[in-house]
Amino acid sequence: MKTAADNLPAPYLRTPQTVPEMMRQVLYALVPAALAYTWFFGVGLIVNAVIAVLAALLTEAACLWLRGRSLALYLGDYSAVVTGVLLAFGLPPLTPWWITALGSVFAIGFAKHLFGGLGNNLFNPAMAGYVALLVSFPEQLTNWLPPRMGDLDYEPLSAVATLTYALFGSLPDGASLDSLTRATPLDMVQTELGEMRTVEEIRGSPLFGDFGGRGWEWINNFIALGGLWLLYRRIIRWHIPIAMLAGLLIPASLFYLIESATFAGPGFHLFSGGTMLCAFFIATDPVSAAMTDRGRVIYAAGIGLLTYIMRSWGSYPDGIAFAVLLMNSAVPLIDRLTQPAVYGYGKPSEPDEP
Amino acid sequence: MPDQQPTTGALPYNLQPPRPTWGVRLPPRKAQSTARPIAVCPLPREVAVPLDCGPAGVAEPLIAAGESVRTGQLIAVTADAGYVHATVSGEVLDVQERAVPGRPGAMSPCVLIRSDARDSWHPDCGAGPGNNQLDPARLRGAIAAAGIVGLGGALFPTADKMEACTQIYALILNGAECEPYISCDEMLMREQADGVIRGALLIMNAIGTDRTVIAVESDMPEARIALLDAIRTRDLDNIDVAVVTAKYPAGGERQLLELLTNRQVPAAGLPTDAGYLCQNVATAAAVANLVDNGQPLIDRIVTVTGAGVAEPQNLRVRIGTPLADLITAAGGYTTADCRLIMGGPMMGRPLPGDGLPVTKATNCIIVATPDELADTQAVYPCVRCGECSRACPARLLPQQLLLASRSQDTLALAELRLEACIECGCCDYVCPSHIDLTPQFVQAKRRLHQALGAQARAEQAKTRADAREERLRTRRSALAAYQEAELTTDDLAALMARVRAREQQRNEEE
Repeated sequence: MKTAADNLPAPYLRTPQTVPEMMRQVLYALVPAALAYTWFFGVGLIVNAVIAVLAALLTEAACLWLRGRSLALYLGDYSAVVTGVLLAFGLPPLTPWWITALGSVFAIGFAKHLFGGLGNNLFNPAMAGYVALLVSFPEQLTNWLPPRMGDLDYEPLSAVATLTYALFGSLPDGASLDSLTRATPLDMVQTELGEMRTVEEIRGSPLFGDFGGRGWEWINNFIALGGLWLLYRRIIRWHIPIAMLAGLLIPASLFYLIESATFAGPGFHLFSGGTMLCAFFIATDPVSAAMTDRGRVIYAAGIGLLTYIMRSWGSYPDGIAFAVLLMNSAVPLIDRLTQPAVYGYGKPSEPDEP
Repeated sequence: MPDQQPTTGALPYNLQPPRPTWGVRLPPRKAQSTARPIAVCPLPREVAVPLDCGPAGVAEPLIAAGESVRTGQLIAVTADAGYVHATVSGEVLDVQERAVPGRPGAMSPCVLIRSDARDSWHPDCGAGPGNNQLDPARLRGAIAAAGIVGLGGALFPTADKMEACTQIYALILNGAECEPYISCDEMLMREQADGVIRGALLIMNAIGTDRTVIAVESDMPEARIALLDAIRTRDLDNIDVAVVTAKYPAGGERQLLELLTNRQVPAAGLPTDAGYLCQNVATAAAVANLVDNGQPLIDRIVTVTGAGVAEPQNLRVRIGTPLADLITAAGGYTTADCRLIMGGPMMGRPLPGDGLPVTKATNCIIVATPDELADTQAVYPCVRCGECSRACPARLLPQQLLLASRSQDTLALAELRLEACIECGCCDYVCPSHIDLTPQFVQAKRRLHQALGAQARAEQAKTRADAREERLRTRRSALAAYQEAELTTDDLAALMARVRAREQQRNEEE
């Protein structure tokens, strides 16, 4: 030997886990859901995801350059890619490219970099971007396609036509946006409950499957599968998904038991809209979640409860994005109130004769 | 496999400690050094015995250059009752300031002794009282005078710890060596289990408790079996072996105490404040060696391991031996550009070279090849994943501490209880952003101490000085009594005669 090549202090052992690897795992975990989504709703998701990711990366690069940060380091962390993909999951399959891009620009530029970039954002960037679009273009954001199911009277749009619409806003001859799109099951339940129909009647529509909307059920299943993969890989822990689902399903079950004609059951809530995506991929974003496991249970249960309240009594069909942002803003408070008892500072241990 | 000792009634500790919720599972990397038995490192040609006695201060040499000393001879004392002994026989060359293992740039005056290769013991050694009915005060004095300190690494004088015992429910012997690579305690328990048990009996007597629990980790079954065999051979029913989950840092003193007793050591307190005395198993073996063989602490077991050394193993080494001798004894370097680390990979310290001497705190030398212990990952900002607080054995919030220490927010650091940080490195280990957390906390702690009011510091100093005065008074008289008693005992004379005879015989053979 020789000299210590460097005088670095301990520890000398490190986990092989890295931030880019965690982000990559999140992307892998979304693959089954993306395939299912494409099967049921066409290539719209893929088109949206490509546009959203490109816009996110460009915005990220511009912000990093303006802030004088390393482009090589931060563009390679995949966090902007994850934001773009998650945003695309929230958008209808037929969305003009500039709306998608605007969502990414807002998510990365405003929700992320104005707060200090990776690790410092108070709000979940994808949800902030989605909400910005939802309040700006409510019409566009609620026009969903019906799922491709054998017995539905519906001719799905071809991949080329989908791409053409996204890029140029033009549809094939004879087709109109109104004729193509349908309300989402969540939307339908809300609207028709307002028209004094019972849940039973509404669920008679061919858009509904065993629990939630047809197609949606399967997508949610595959999202949950991806979520289980993340749990297995310890990218996420159980606290947030379980608490979020409990926060949603417990009130859903209670109200369903009390009044099953006007409140959709827990199964419907579990398999509709963005429930699973939120539980496993959105609420679990560590940056904008609470810090301790106890805090995370409170944080995620709050998201579930707020989602239920907004779905049942709010004016938007799915309140998940708003619920996430609201609870994001409560995180500093939750963090303050859930500090664990530090070793040696708890209740003074009175030595009593054992 | 022998079963757990039968016990009656409620024990003051858990025989099946809970699995810790904190901590990290690390690659053990112990097998490489446990494959060979403990070997005796050849006597060095020259030793540099450090005079820095850690908490007991720096010792004043009692000898001068040119004098000849013998193994085990007292060569330096500190005002606070730290004792340093010659670890070989030979000629004192000089007393020099030398670099020693420890914090970066650590120096200590060292007594340089050129060995005469005879290893002739000082006449004061070789004799012990030889029974466990020793007067507790006299035994504590003898332990201090033999230079026995905590061999787990803190160098806290063992007698001082015993002195602090008022009401003790049980003695905890810590064999839960949880850092990767290090195996000196495990090998000691495997090969010299009876010495550990004997030490436990002596310490129990010295502090007036009648129960001992020896903690081993779940990945050292051989050590557990050896201990249980030794307990059965002696037909004891007051010593138990508890197995803690092999999870770092379950062997940390405070963490181990919590696992074994469900109690926490109060902040700024000692385990004795919670009603337990914690000692390292090697310390117990050293106490047994003192009482049964009359030997002061002049050697220890050191793990020499890592991919950079040809034959990783544990060596019994005289204090003051240059590290290069250990590496030679372990087969030498495998590559030229190795990195030397004293201690484990989590809390160890980088060493500037292999010329440094072994100290009483040197439990392990890792000779790491360049890529063996390197973190090549890029550093990202904290993403608040919370893995650090999940791993923290002190239940701190490292990510909040990081923010507070970066902004030098002293108030926030105090509120977040930075003081409770044991610098174990778990947060660094789990951090997916590969942030250097512990080194920042170490610095922040130093700043926090400086920020403490001058008055508080003065008061602390006064309390400490008074306590030390009190300790010294009792210990000096105890030591005197012990030595007087020794000098008038017939069997001591007989033992000394035996040692002299053995020495003479060896000299004649040469």
